Amino acid sequence: MNPQDYLLLDFQDIHSLPEPAPDDPTLPALPECSPDSQPGPGTGLRRRDFLGRLGGGIIIFVSLTDLVRAAQEQRPRGRGRRGRGGTPSDFNAFLHIAGDGHVTCFTGKIEMGQGPITSLPQMLADELDAPLASVDIVMGDTARCPWDMGTFGSMTTRFFGPLLRAAAAEARSVLLELASESLKVPPSQLVASEGVIWDREDKSRRVTYGQLTKGRRIQKRLQGRPTLKTPDDFKIVGKPLLRRDSPDKVTGKAQYSGDIRLPGMLYASILRPPAHGAQLKSVDTNPCEQVEGARVVREGDLIAVLHELPDVAKATLEKVKTEWNVPKPTVDDKTIFDHLLKAAPQGRTVAQGGDLEEGEKAAAKQVDSSYLNSYVAHAPMETHTALAHLENGRMTVWASTQNPFGAQREIAGAIGFPPENVRVITPFVGGGFGGKTQNSQAVEAARLAKAVGKPVQVCRTREEEFFLDTFRPAAIVRIKSGIDGQGKIVFWDYDVAFAGERGAVQFYSIPNHRTTARPSGWTSDAHPFATGAWRAPGNNTNTFARESHIDMMAAAAGIDPIEFRLKNLTDAKMIRVLKTAADRFGWTSAKSPSKRGYGVACGIDSGTWVAAIAEVAVDAKSGRVQVKRVVAAQDMGLVINPEGARIQMEGCITMGLGYALSEEVHFQGGKILDTNFDTYELPLFSWLPNIETALIDSKEPPQGGGEPAIVVMGAVVANAIHDATGARLFQLPMTPERLQAAIAKLPA
Amino acid sequence: MLETISFKLNNKPVQVRTDPKRMLLWVLRTDLHQTGTKFGCGEAYCGACTVLVEGVAVRSCFTRVSRVRNKEVTTIEGLAQDGKLHPVQQAFVDHDALQCGFCTPGMILTAVALLKDNPHPTREEIIAGMNDNFCRCAAHTRIVDAIQEAAAKMKGNA
Ligand code: FES
Ligand code: FES
Repeated sequence: MNPQDYLLLDFQDIHSLPEPAPDDPTLPALPECSPDSQPGPGTGLRRRDFLGRLGGGIIIFVSLTDLVRAAQEQRPRGRGRRGRGGTPSDFNAFLHIAGDGHVTCFTGKIEMGQGPITSLPQMLADELDAPLASVDIVMGDTARCPWDMGTFGSMTTRFFGPLLRAAAAEARSVLLELASESLKVPPSQLVASEGVIWDREDKSRRVTYGQLTKGRRIQKRLQGRPTLKTPDDFKIVGKPLLRRDSPDKVTGKAQYSGDIRLPGMLYASILRPPAHGAQLKSVDTNPCEQVEGARVVREGDLIAVLHELPDVAKATLEKVKTEWNVPKPTVDDKTIFDHLLKAAPQGRTVAQGGDLEEGEKAAAKQVDSSYLNSYVAHAPMETHTALAHLENGRMTVWASTQNPFGAQREIAGAIGFPPENVRVITPFVGGGFGGKTQNSQAVEAARLAKAVGKPVQVCRTREEEFFLDTFRPAAIVRIKSGIDGQGKIVFWDYDVAFAGERGAVQFYSIPNHRTTARPSGWTSDAHPFATGAWRAPGNNTNTFARESHIDMMAAAAGIDPIEFRLKNLTDAKMIRVLKTAADRFGWTSAKSPSKRGYGVACGIDSGTWVAAIAEVAVDAKSGRVQVKRVVAAQDMGLVINPEGARIQMEGCITMGLGYALSEEVHFQGGKILDTNFDTYELPLFSWLPNIETALIDSKEPPQGGGEPAIVVMGAVVANAIHDATGARLFQLPMTPERLQAAIAKLPA
Repeated sequence: MLETISFKLNNKPVQVRTDPKRMLLWVLRTDLHQTGTKFGCGEAYCGACTVLVEGVAVRSCFTRVSRVRNKEVTTIEGLAQDGKLHPVQQAFVDHDALQCGFCTPGMILTAVALLKDNPHPTREEIIAGMNDNFCRCAAHTRIVDAIQEAAAKMKGNA
């Protein structure tokens, strides 16, 4: 759809939803990674408006209550998972079958690379018995899609999936009823496949979904839960399927927010402070006046140069003369951990069992240590971008965002519009990883568009992207633990600060244990700048610490690290993924350091169990590490699209090399020293290990796949480095300097 | 300061009247509405803005528009011929060699230039040739696979 078409949609029929039902106390709380501390009122469409616009056909809509119920019933039992869900709204998914048999589903989820544009239609088509090619998906448009809390936390497949399948199953049963009437055959005698229903006894008596739908107008709200297919009945789900958006993405047709062009649009360059916390003392924008076509806008705290050419806007902004009061830096990337230790908020015991004192008494050896990780940037290749257009009192914003409805509310608040007069459209998003739950660029674009009465694009420079990012917080984990003479862990006392509890609770079989989690501090001022959710928030930190520490204990016990883990595990799923990975890798028993450069790590994230084994080569002189091979095994329940799942695993493994080896934000107080990719090093092609992935065959409900495999990368590399050199690194990233220093400390 | 600059864009002659010192990236994206070429860093690090000038991969964010005067420029929009994807594009589709797709135009054009210089690259040569293109979604493995397959299919016909 091109932008003009979007605008044709009439805003007239958008109203705010009725007040959401008060939070049901029996529902799980909002996840910690929610972009909003409180779920705002739904500002999607009223059902009747939405339905009216779709014209004829069959429409099924499903409410969130059904979603949460479905999610609760489908959630597998086990440890390490937290309740999620709990968002307000009247309805949350639509499915429309048009008179020509064409199926469209509408979702507030967005496509940023993780693949729902392929996997959601796949699930839908299977449940509906419709040809995949007839299924379309409309994503992330607040005027066309039902309210959604945002795309993060690996929730799309797990929680939106069941809802969509329920809608599809309901549609299918409506179609079967219609076919039964039209063919005069009881529904039980009918077969549905590929969008056609026929009489089992006489195949020539058949009718297509299009024929059944044509000229009708059926609207149905799903009541109760329809019977879903079992995995054995799936024809499309579980089969490898190529991405549906590739043809547009390889030809340049795919549009991202920065690619939308409107007549008369202007590009904004916004004045930024040199450091967080800096106060503007004086500003002189006079030099900009010599630039033809440049327009300076001051709107509250926002000072921007607008021009019809983005590069000219930027060059003109550079002429602005400013003086700032920059607060004296009190911390930097080296001293930050001392500061954070002092600033650490109160913790909460999130798991506990046995008696730690008893455990200490039973310990033959005690192993204590601390683990640190630095701030990490999201650095999506597409910087935060938005185009805002004000027309007839209504604001339309195309934004690269992970939560279009959150953006809608923020924009409405900032420009003083009722949310129903703000429409957010999410074109393709060029990567998010948690960072695009923050929508300041969309708010700025809307404020500027309102100020000048013309469409305005805001596209952050790379320097702004680093400066305004909500970094993964620096964090500290302290662990005390002990083993008995047989290599059994007898106690475990774990304290994490600034990473939160995701992945903090250990899954080994330990009689005496306690896990204390202190929050991430995303909203506190302990950090010198904004922090937030970064792919698998908290779990990268927690898994790095836990799995490094498990290896330290294995070494102290003089036992092979995989044997040591198996000795201390009773969790059947973890044992299975670990053994699968070990088999695939060809692991043979040896205690570490074996000089082979092998490392192992296990983790649980988003309902998925994962184990990884890596082989590294270390150049002791330069401190450089080359990860040569990574084998990862994952149990993620039923796999919807194995190809998509493997891609996500490979992506996690490759991306995870960054936070393991090089990625760290350099700063002095509120000044971010990294302004581009010269100092902030992303993983490169030349870092690429041979990656092998294994998916455990499972019929359990599908779990998240976009995040789990990244959580093990810090520890698996740290453990392999230790195995290669005998040097143990306690801080991420494991830069050449840190590794050289650790090697230098080894006894000769 | 304004000059008229003519060049060939995707086989069609184009003319722009602009400051010759402007970077090609912005002229393509803004003046000529060819938005397939992406902005990733603006300082020649990431490769998202890669285009071909006379068949050579260049970073358009760091190339003045005056440098392409009377030259032949190919962007991602011009790579497919007569509705048929270039073998490198096709291989990216067949290998799912992308996720968000934002780095993809630059990756593909870099690979096309690479195969022109070296039609039968080893895996190591592909990795070395692509090393300055960044992909945050980390589709690296499949990008290498795709380029290898494209090379095999093209049998030296770059
Ligand atoms: S945008 Fe040109 S190299 Fe990054
Ligand atoms: S596919 Fe997203 S940056 Fe490469």
